[in-house]
Parts: sequence; C-alpha cells; structure tokens
Amino acid sequence: MKTLVKVFLLPVIAVGVLAGCETKQVAAPAAEATAKDMLVSSMKAKNQATMDRLNQDELQVACSNAANSGGDAAAVEALRKAAEASVVYPADGNFLGDWKNGNAIAANGKGLQWNDNPSEPNGGNCYACHQLDPNEVAYGTLGPSLTNYGMRGQSEMMLKYTWAKIYNPHVYNVCSHMPRFGAQKILTEQQMKDIMALLLDPNSPVNQ
Amino acid sequence: MTKLHNKAGALVGVAALCTALLAPVAVAQDDDDVFAEYREMMGDENPAIFTIEEGQELWETPMGPNNVSLEQCDLGLGAGVVDGALAQLPRYFEDAKAVQDVEARLLYCMETLQGRDVIDLLVKPYSSAGDQGTELEALVAFIADRSMDAVVNVPQGHPEEQKMYKKGEEIFFYRAGPHDFSCATCHSQTDKRIRLQALPNLTTNEGAGFAFTSWPGYRISEGFLRTMGWRMQSCGRQQRLPQFQTGSEAVIALETYMGVNAKGAVMAAPGLKR
Repeated sequence: MKTLVKVFLLPVIAVGVLAGCETKQVAAPAAEATAKDMLVSSMKAKNQATMDRLNQDELQVACSNAANSGGDAAAVEALRKAAEASVVYPADGNFLGDWKNGNAIAANGKGLQWNDNPSEPNGGNCYACHQLDPNEVAYGTLGPSLTNYGMRGQSEMMLKYTWAKIYNPHVYNVCSHMPRFGAQKILTEQQMKDIMALLLDPNSPVNQ
Repeated sequence: MTKLHNKAGALVGVAALCTALLAPVAVAQDDDDVFAEYREMMGDENPAIFTIEEGQELWETPMGPNNVSLEQCDLGLGAGVVDGALAQLPRYFEDAKAVQDVEARLLYCMETLQGRDVIDLLVKPYSSAGDQGTELEALVAFIADRSMDAVVNVPQGHPEEQKMYKKGEEIFFYRAGPHDFSCATCHSQTDKRIRLQALPNLTTNEGAGFAFTSWPGYRISEGFLRTMGWRMQSCGRQQRLPQFQTGSEAVIALETYMGVNAKGAVMAAPGLKR
C-alpha cells in the first residue's frame, strides 16, 4: 500500500487511528473534511480544467443544496440583485446577430472541458437541455422548449429580458440550473447575439 | 466459468455484424431505437463476455513481487468470496481503515497481496477509444459478472460508511466551475433527458437503482466496457471540473450515496449502454 495511501486514504486512516481501537468515539468535528476538501484531494488539474474551478462563488454556495433554494427571502433578493448588476448589454444597442451561426453554437457541446481545445470557440450546447429548431429531434428536456420563442416579438423589453436570461439566468430564477453564459464568459457578446437571433429572428427555424 | 460464458455462442459474428450495422447510424436521429434494436438482437448475449473472461484470468494469475493471484483479495464478503461482492460496495475495510469501492479495493489488493506498485496502472486506469482494455476494467467486469442478480445492499453500519454517504450527498449538490454544474444539475429530476439520453434521478430509489446496477457497462458507441469510476470521471469532465482520480474519496463518497439510495435494486452489470 503505497501510492493509494499517500494520495487518497491518509486522512481517513488518520481519523481511523484517532478513533482508536474498540471505541465508538468519532473524530473531532474540526478534523472532518468538507465536501470541497474531499474534492480537492480527489481531483487533479488537467489541461484547462484547473483546481481553482472547485472554488465556489457566493451564488454557487447558496445554490448547492437539495432544495436548490438560495436561502431566505433576503438572501435570494441579494443574489438576484447581484445577478442583475452583472448583466452587460450590447454596447452598440444591437441584440440580434445571425441565426445560422446561432444554431451552430446551440448544437455545439464543446468548450472548457479538459479534453476540449481551448483555442476553439466554446459552444452554448442549448440543444442539450432545450428544444429549439423543431426539425432537430435530439433535444434535451432539462429546460423548457424554446420552439416558437420568437412569437413573443422583438420589443425592447423582450430583447433585454432574453439577453439577461442568457447572460445570467439567476436574475429571474435565483438557483437556475442554466449556466451564466455572459457573466462567466462562456460565450462572447457576438455569440450571444447569434443565439438571440436563433430565438427571435422570424426566419430562424425556431420560429417556422 | 463466467455467468455469460455459456451464452456466448455465435457472439463474435453477431458483434461484427453489430459494428457494421451501428457505424453508419452513430448520429442517427433516434439513438434510443437503434440501441434498443441492438439490445434485442443481442438478447442475453453481451460483448462484455470477452472482458469478463480476461478479468477472470487476471484474477487467477499470480503476479507482482509476491507472485500471488488476487484470489485471496477480500472484496468485503471474506477473502476469496467474489459472488455478490459488487452489490455491497463501497464498504468500510478494517485492514485499509477506509471505505473503498471495487476499484480502490482492487488497487489495495494489488499493493498489499501482490506487492505491486500501482502507480503505472493509475497513469491510465481506463482505456481510450481503440485501445486494448485495461487490467482494472477487466477485473471489474469479472467481479460485476459474479454479482449479476445480487440485491444491492451498500452497508451503512460503520460510522465511516455513514460519513461517506453524507459527504457523497454534499458533493452531489456541490455547484462549481464555469458552468455552475453539480451532479444534481442533470440527476435530480425524474423523466428528463440530455439530448436523447435519459437521465436517471439519483436522488430516488428507482433512478439510483437503475444507474447503480448497470455499471460497469458495455458502451456500444465506444465498443468497450466502462466502469463506474470512468463514468464519474466523464461526468466530472462534463461539469468542467478537474479530473477525478481513480479510487479517490470523492468518487467513493458519490458511489456510496448512489448505492445506498439504490438499496434493494438487482444487479444487472455488465449491462449494455448506448
């Protein structure tokens, strides 16, 4: 028993030894590893997936529970406000790009994994969770169907609502499962504009 | 003799046919139908049979500086008892003073019984596409086969086992990384799917039972047998997190969480996966 003990099992063995023989004594609470400690000792950085990815921000801490609640009303409101403040709208005031590019981004599940090429653009992987173009049958159901999303029109309110939803969905649903594509810089501003066009352009297959 | 062995029959021919059949439809519009068809055609047959047999041979062959086989490795039900062992792992082992899953236990036995240095094995515990399978994969396949039809009963009697369940649950809900994903992002709702792939709800007995009992599985799309440890590593990758290490505590904690939630389900591994 060499490598395995050293790398993974040492804390457990230490606790076991402390607990002593034939006693029911449990190790002191101070010695107990947190979930994060356990993840840190169990994972290794690989390519672009560095260990700092295990550090949680405030929102991630608040939403890491079975209830997926975000906490009490005051905590939820604080998180929502912070999410709202994070949203950066397009500087040129133009929200809509090219739906064809948007559809390719929506179908692309690559980006930020340790086996992805960091010099290639990230995908949005929208189809993993949402129905969009009704002709694409390989769509997931974790999120709502967005087919015919464009029926909602292109008012300034709709444009800003949809942009914010992609940029940081926690503005509207504090512990949303959806990634913060803008706030976490997963997609570029242009890529988000293209996704906007996929959703809202009357010629997009989403709205046919 | 493996449980699948006497059913092997014309398996080689069937496997070749399936490879030919599946290749052009890898991106077909309804994967589920294709894989259902494949399963139906295979019936009780399973290409994992070859991996199982290789695993049995590895289990019985003396190796390492001590020149002994793994046959006296205690998988939790006593030294040398293989039947049903996977249905009761992970569990606490007094000799290791740790909760171990099948992969960690195998590595432990290689080190303690056989006197081997497993560092080389840990460099590449799971095979890449097109590779030969690894020793660990074959051994897990063999042990799984001998646990076929056993009832899942991952123990919670020892305080360390209870602690592992609790940590597993915490890690299951731990959101992190650029995408804010946790295990729960995909595996805490019922009847959902990602693209066309159904997602088991691992917080329920039914969902956890389905997932726990079907690993290791033969992945049709990859043409190879994959272990639970590999599945965890792939999930971690898709979460955009660093790489889970084989036999590590967090993996064992998650398996304990899933295994305890799966109590009473019936082992069906190695199963056929998409």
